Amino acid sequence: MELWYTEEHTENVRFSIKVNKVLYSGQSEFQRIDVLESDEFGKFLTLDGLMMLTEKDEFIYHDMIVHVPMATNPNIRKVLVIGGGDGGTVRELVRYITIEKIDMVEIDKMVVDVCRKYIPQTACRLDDPRVSLHYEDGLKYVRSKYNEYDLIIVDSTDPFGPGEGLFTKEFYGNCYNALKEDGILVNQHESPYYSYYINSMKRAHHRIKEFFPIAKVYQAHIPTYPSGYWLFGFASKRYDPIKDLDDKIWNGLGMKTSYYNTELHKGAFAIPNYVKELLEYE
Amino acid sequence: MKEFTQKRAPIYEALKNYRSNRVVRFDVPGHKGGRGNKELTDFLGEKCLLIDVNSMKPLDNLSHPVSVIREAEIIASQAFKAQNAFFIVNGTSAAVQAMIMSVCKSEEKIIMPRNVHKSAINALIISGAIPVYVNPGVNKNLGISLGMSIVDIKDAIKKNRDAKAIFVNNPTYYGVCSNLREIVNIAHENNMVVLVDEAHGTHFYFGEDMPISAMEANADMAAVSMHKTGGSLTQSSFLLCGKNVNPDYVRQIINLTQTTSASYLLLVSLDLARKNLSLNGREIFKKTVELSNYAREEINNLGGYKAFSKEIIDGDTVFDFDITKLSVNTRDIGLTGIEVYDILRDEYNIQIEFGDIGNILAIISAGDRILEIERLISSLSEIKRLYSKDKTGMLESEYINPEVVLSPKEAFYSSKRAIPLENSLGEISSEFVMAYPPGIPILAPGERITKDVLDYIFYAKEKGSFLTGTQDLNIENINIVEGF
Repeated sequence: MELWYTEEHTENVRFSIKVNKVLYSGQSEFQRIDVLESDEFGKFLTLDGLMMLTEKDEFIYHDMIVHVPMATNPNIRKVLVIGGGDGGTVRELVRYITIEKIDMVEIDKMVVDVCRKYIPQTACRLDDPRVSLHYEDGLKYVRSKYNEYDLIIVDSTDPFGPGEGLFTKEFYGNCYNALKEDGILVNQHESPYYSYYINSMKRAHHRIKEFFPIAKVYQAHIPTYPSGYWLFGFASKRYDPIKDLDDKIWNGLGMKTSYYNTELHKGAFAIPNYVKELLEYE
Repeated sequence: MKEFTQKRAPIYEALKNYRSNRVVRFDVPGHKGGRGNKELTDFLGEKCLLIDVNSMKPLDNLSHPVSVIREAEIIASQAFKAQNAFFIVNGTSAAVQAMIMSVCKSEEKIIMPRNVHKSAINALIISGAIPVYVNPGVNKNLGISLGMSIVDIKDAIKKNRDAKAIFVNNPTYYGVCSNLREIVNIAHENNMVVLVDEAHGTHFYFGEDMPISAMEANADMAAVSMHKTGGSLTQSSFLLCGKNVNPDYVRQIINLTQTTSASYLLLVSLDLARKNLSLNGREIFKKTVELSNYAREEINNLGGYKAFSKEIIDGDTVFDFDITKLSVNTRDIGLTGIEVYDILRDEYNIQIEFGDIGNILAIISAGDRILEIERLISSLSEIKRLYSKDKTGMLESEYINPEVVLSPKEAFYSSKRAIPLENSLGEISSEFVMAYPPGIPILAPGERITKDVLDYIFYAKEKGSFLTGTQDLNIENINIVEGF
């Protein structure tokens, strides 16, 4: 018998992984949650059938969403993570002893519970004493915050489900408000490749640009995401992710990473022409 | 006849049966189950086109129902605790007009508040009935018109003993309810019938702890806009009748103007929406109220906005309040409702029901989820942060007491000429001017054009309100009655 997980990256393109067994399958208030086990990618998590992470390539995503802003401003003390129920983002953040407080706001508690049980590789540091977990809508949480965070990381699902509110103008405006005057906003920014994702990607960029004087995108190669090519957004009230990068400070931390390094940091902001063009025109 | 229970949906059952029989079609519609219009079929879906059919024996006929539509009407009447229920496919406007035309002939009087929907005044133009306007109360702080006060109704009855009917908006667009039971008592004591425009009150029949419904209050007829909060397709509606109404005459009146090609898409949507509300309505509207209450609380916490609710109840012009409605006064942030309505749509991709000069109204219903409610709240928070300004210079009250010179029919059919609005002060209008939505006329045919009216129109235009009603689509010229 052969079991295959298939995600339709477009109506005409499929991505499949051979599955050994289904470890968990459940329906939360918000979405369907599955954890599957494969030879090629190890265990992997899907929400509503869409790939969230695999044990084999999650390091790329989590390195890039955390270390880019942390290397840009090493003085980050207080961080808000919106989404990120798998725990991977928090796992990378707690490696910085300089961070004093991390609020993680995940709408779906069941995702966290499932990841704690089945994917400890990412969920392993959620009990760090600096981490507070809030199970509520990120849009709601951030609304009442003002001048509070050095960094907000939006580690969300695609904007076609419970994550929809996290790609909106009202959300970015509220984030701007919740950040300190040198605050940084980093978000998972979808893919520029397939047309299905392009519009959300463009819209997110334009909305962020309306609020933040510095708004750039950077890229990473993530094999299990649609097209394998993914973007992140970097927005800030003060810091430029390249000019203000101090390689020496970050390298001095001696942090071992499998994907991120300070040379790649600079290169990640060098984006292809077709993406530049997409970002220029609404 | 089969068993009449709320679990049944006779039109739905008949259509399913028809579809499975794969009948060869040599009747209209000419698209023949969608084959004749591929692009439309691809867009709407084959399932939909397959049941877009004409009246036929197994599917009954809306204008003369004897089988499945009749059964569906009986089941619907039981759901609403009415004596009779009619399926309406020409919009609630048609239901409102049928009510008025069923009880008022030409030159007969009808007592009504002036803040009715234009469909009611249209019915006066068609029928020639004469309106006796009762001034609805106004809440000055909010700038909204309220319900009719009992004292005013008694007064109107005393002065117009020959009136045939009292027409009540219940609830108003904003959720304001009148003392319906008392109005019915007074009217019946004076041999008048009570017609209720219940377009925004479908849920009163199915939810718990709701304001009293027209049929429960023993009103004679009610127009219930099932498509507004009841889940049927746009344009579908119910007309309900109480026990003292001759339903066969009402059907004749409906048939004067209603289409003879009733859409089965609309009919089945009414049938299934009624079934759904009968079986699940309590749960559905409980959730609606929870969402609405939550939104109100959060919006009021933002400051600057006033999401009003039962605290405006005063025992008379606000006898009760429909808490499913999310009405928010925006004046304290220096923006008109019209402006907030536009910003929400243009900047935040959020479409609300309408904005007037002081308020916005968001419809909360069975289809809503907390996620969208959060978006609305957060957007309002952002609009306050980014757009709020000083409120001086904002226009105050909403209700303008009309000076009625001619009946709507007389004015509408009189000889008239078009002149620029700004030159029309003191003239008699022969047409409507209104913002749509809500579709409540600022000026109706037969009314004098006063300075208040013009100020309001120009202010609403300046603030971006979508004005309608005049022959001139740009609302720059108005037709006035000649010879006055």
